[in-house]
Amino acid sequence: MSTLPVATTAAGPVGSEHDGEVRGGRSGWSGRRPSPAWLGVVPFLAYVGVFLLLPTTIVVIGAFGDVDNRPTLENLRALSQDYVVRAFVNSVVVSATSAVLGAVLGALLAYLVVTGRPDGAVRRTVTSASGVLAQFGGVTLAFAFIVTLGNQGLVTLLLEDNGVGVDSAWLYRVPGLVLVYTYFQIPLMVLVFLPALDGIRPQWREAATNLGGTTWDYWRHVGVPILTPPFLGATLLLFANAFSAYATGAALITQGGIIVPLQIRTALTSEVVLGQENVGKALALGMVVVVTVVMTLYALLQRRTARWLR
Amino acid sequence: MSFRVVKAVLYVLYGAFFLVPLFALVEFSTRGLGLSAPRTLQYWREIFDHPELTHAIVVSLELAVITSVATLLLLVPTMVWVRLRAKPLARLVEFLCLLPLTIPAIVIVVGLAPVYAWVTYLSPGALKGSALVLVFVYVVLVLPFAYRAIDAGLSAIDVATLAEAARSLGAGWTTVMFRVIAPNIRSALLNAALLSVALTLGEFTVASLLNYVNLQVAVNQLAQANAGVSVAVAAALLLFTFLLLLVLSIFGGRGRPSSRGTARKGRTA
Repeated sequence: MSTLPVATTAAGPVGSEHDGEVRGGRSGWSGRRPSPAWLGVVPFLAYVGVFLLLPTTIVVIGAFGDVDNRPTLENLRALSQDYVVRAFVNSVVVSATSAVLGAVLGALLAYLVVTGRPDGAVRRTVTSASGVLAQFGGVTLAFAFIVTLGNQGLVTLLLEDNGVGVDSAWLYRVPGLVLVYTYFQIPLMVLVFLPALDGIRPQWREAATNLGGTTWDYWRHVGVPILTPPFLGATLLLFANAFSAYATGAALITQGGIIVPLQIRTALTSEVVLGQENVGKALALGMVVVVTVVMTLYALLQRRTARWLR
Repeated sequence: MSFRVVKAVLYVLYGAFFLVPLFALVEFSTRGLGLSAPRTLQYWREIFDHPELTHAIVVSLELAVITSVATLLLLVPTMVWVRLRAKPLARLVEFLCLLPLTIPAIVIVVGLAPVYAWVTYLSPGALKGSALVLVFVYVVLVLPFAYRAIDAGLSAIDVATLAEAARSLGAGWTTVMFRVIAPNIRSALLNAALLSVALTLGEFTVASLLNYVNLQVAVNQLAQANAGVSVAVAAALLLFTFLLLLVLSIFGGRGRPSSRGTARKGRTA
């Protein structure tokens, strides 16, 4: 299951209204109890350190080490091999295509919802369904598409009954991954983009009309410019979401390494080539780099978004 | 008028895209031999004839419960403490909690193998090789979602005043945590727990790559031998998860009406 932040607006630390008074009232206490404040956070930090930061560090360091932990650039050189480059290209193609499809179709769905009644049943259904479906991925989603479009799938059989022969092999290649990923990308887009559309004030439309603007002028000079940063930001989020997804692809494609996460699976499970383990770390490092770049851009766009929509 | 027609058509198309695969799951799991054969519940009945499957179901349910309890025990005291005593650390805690969203699970798995070698080495005999040790990493995977839920809950109450009042009446920290703070954020705790359960039941990446068998791994393995049964389990699990998340969206949507912060925060939840 792969899910990324559905942080719609940059929500700062909450409850900050209390900050001042709390600290003021607290000073008397800490005199009575001299335990340093950070001591209470130590268990949490230790836990996260061992099970999140340590594994990540092992990946980064391992990517630059050989089997005996001697520093080497050999693993990174493995990244330039043909099959690895192809996997990265495929990953980027799958993520970008499903992100753009998801963004456009999701934005359209969000627009449909916004133009409806704000408290209507349609809106409530779409938002709850999106909340559920955006989390939906992995084995079950892969199965759902296999029994729909696979060899014995419902749609395939129905088409065959009507004399249309279909070759379902595409489902297990890049186009299939794009389609299946789009299934959770659209709902995620709705969740992320709906607040941005809600932030559009009717007064802006009225102002444009008062100044003699047409609908086209409004969208050209107000709507689109305001919605572009959140739209691009959401698209990046969707890209990162698809790029880091593993389970859905793994259940759909049981063999081989068509995309990077599946390539990592091969590196981790293959017993053929010894020393592949650290190549897996190099692949993982490559993923971290891509996702970090994308998420940084996302954060920057979020800041830009916050100027108008809050 | 025409816009309404276009809208209706679009809604139908979206509905078809999202519902047909789900319907196909149910259709396949009740299929006889061929599309025209009579419907049968054979596959659904067979679910419990596969011991490895029932075992995996039990393991995943146990994992779900332990993960959600452990997450709450780790996170709630930390977050309350940060609000009361260690404000400067708030940003750090938030950053660490949301970090698993940026680091793909598959990357964590790659670095986790040596850590888990130690976990297996240190765990008592009964737990050696048991899939239950997955709890340690599952807590990390659910951190972001639990954090958001609990954060929304804590923002809606005045933690400082509640804690001070309880302390000045002579309550110890355990009492403050379990009998003062926890009851006041119970819907947030429920949210966090349900999300943890849903995520744990759906988890495949870590379990399969660390060679532990949980529900998703078992279902995926069974698909090779008996597609019908594994699709039936998948459909059942899906229905269960949907129900769980629907309960959650009902609870999550409301929040505490008395609070000012909830409405704003509800968006991000």
